[in-house]
Amino acid sequence: MSSLPLGSRIGSLLGRMGLKGRLLVIAIPTVWLLVFFLIPFLVVAKISFSEAAIARPPYLPIVEWIDGFFRVNLNFNNYLFLLEDPLYLAAYLGSVKIAGVATLIALLIGYPMAYLIARSPPDQRNLLLMLVVLPFWTSFLLRVYAWIGFLKGNGVINNLLMSIGIIDEPLVMLQTDFAVYVGIVYTYLPFMILPLYANLVKLDEAYLEASSDLGALPVTTFFTVTVPLSLSGIIAGCMLVFIPAVGEFVIPALLGGPDTLMIGQVLWNEFFSNRDWPVASSVAIVMLFVLVIPIMLLRWAQSAGEGESR
Amino acid sequence: MKRPSRSLMIFGVLGFVFLYAPILSLVVFSFNESRLVTVWGGFSTKWYGELFRDPQILDAAWVSLRVALASATLSVVIGTVASFVLVRFRRFRTKTLLSMMITAPLVMPEVIIGLALLLMFVAMESILGWPGQRGIMTIIIAHSTFGAAYAAVIIQSRLVDMDLSIEEAALDLGAHPVRVFFDVTLPVIAPALMSGWLLAFTLSLDDLVVASFVSGPGASTLPMVIFSKVRLGVSPDVNALAAIIIGVASIGIIVAALQVSRSKKISQN
Repeated sequence: MSSLPLGSRIGSLLGRMGLKGRLLVIAIPTVWLLVFFLIPFLVVAKISFSEAAIARPPYLPIVEWIDGFFRVNLNFNNYLFLLEDPLYLAAYLGSVKIAGVATLIALLIGYPMAYLIARSPPDQRNLLLMLVVLPFWTSFLLRVYAWIGFLKGNGVINNLLMSIGIIDEPLVMLQTDFAVYVGIVYTYLPFMILPLYANLVKLDEAYLEASSDLGALPVTTFFTVTVPLSLSGIIAGCMLVFIPAVGEFVIPALLGGPDTLMIGQVLWNEFFSNRDWPVASSVAIVMLFVLVIPIMLLRWAQSAGEGESR
Repeated sequence: MKRPSRSLMIFGVLGFVFLYAPILSLVVFSFNESRLVTVWGGFSTKWYGELFRDPQILDAAWVSLRVALASATLSVVIGTVASFVLVRFRRFRTKTLLSMMITAPLVMPEVIIGLALLLMFVAMESILGWPGQRGIMTIIIAHSTFGAAYAAVIIQSRLVDMDLSIEEAALDLGAHPVRVFFDVTLPVIAPALMSGWLLAFTLSLDDLVVASFVSGPGASTLPMVIFSKVRLGVSPDVNALAAIIIGVASIGIIVAALQVSRSKKISQN
């Protein structure tokens, strides 16, 4: 028995089960993801309709069995509460605004970089791509932390600017929205560059030559030929930055100030500080609805990108 | 081919400076004598010593390492089976559901994943009495779920590219499908399994948000300890820790890159 390779031993074992093997193989990932991914969302949806209580767990059941009757306590108050308290609306809008602006900045930095890598000699492309991805392999938390040291009052940037003599007193950068923008752009830039590169590297230069032969300025060629052709890459990159940025918690918590309002932080505080699980759940459900359109855009861009490569 | 213009090159260089300057400064200031971190007070390695005498950090590092090893392995197992089923099996009833569920964690904000899993664990506990206590076990399950999503992306693309004729040859020669999977398919996709494992391992080591939700009082991962330290401001021993992590990651990447270029050369010869 021991001379047989592991595979054939498992094979003969499962072989006796016949068709059931196939079912088992399908069941392993399906059941795992149902239990630890899909059903949890239904639980969140359920708890968002229940009432908070001082109990363990800290909410009341939706369905109760009282005197031979089911009593259903559907409670919309959590959602009404989100509507009434201006904090939540401001936090949703703030998240979308901050994520949107940061995405735009990431695009403005990422596009030229992706273009440069795609236009580099083929033997250099992999090295440059590796340089883009490399920071991703070091800790996200520590990369955000690094910006505290860069942006704070006696931090690297202020010390540098003051020693050159450009400024006399330190700029206030840490604990502002500016710092949050920097943090998001910095940590998610690789997500912008990679899909853009994958798209731009396939771009047929004949189109660009045709355009310039017909007398178009390089700028005109760029905006009328290159940009439309790389649209699926632009949308994929933007959504890969925008979606996680909307729910971001670490970056606003470490770099943002007291005025920085982002919904990921609000959810965190509802859960950990206020221990209001139902409100935290309804904040999460509304956040999912906010993200539906960006997620659908991403799906579309990714399938469009795959279609082009075939 | 048209060469990129000079201004584009300068922009690119600035872009890479933007990506690397903060990381390098972490390493440089980890050797700073001064407690002020960003004000240079002379060369010193004392923060490294301090780091290794901090039992809280050492405990957390040990927790994180165990969680990452276990969840990376589970991620690859789930990710491989899911990818294989999605790429190789013809239509089955839950195919769309499975392909949706395996990619969804990639586009889900961490706060939502963390909250959803925690509420699930609490619900399971009240119904099934399991998992009695939240801690390392629940973090492993949570990390495996999103790790599997990332691993599946890598493994799926390798499976799609793989030459089907070798699998068919083995089947034609009478090998059982399961044996074909273990003796033919797995060795061919092994590099993808390795990169998937490394990615899941890194993501697990790095995760703060999901672990904070699903962890219990007993188990703090390294990012949780770092976060509580960093929230109070910069701290030199965190720089020392960062330098070690960056060093280990760089060595790993250089070894991996050399390995890839060597195997490319072998396959070219």
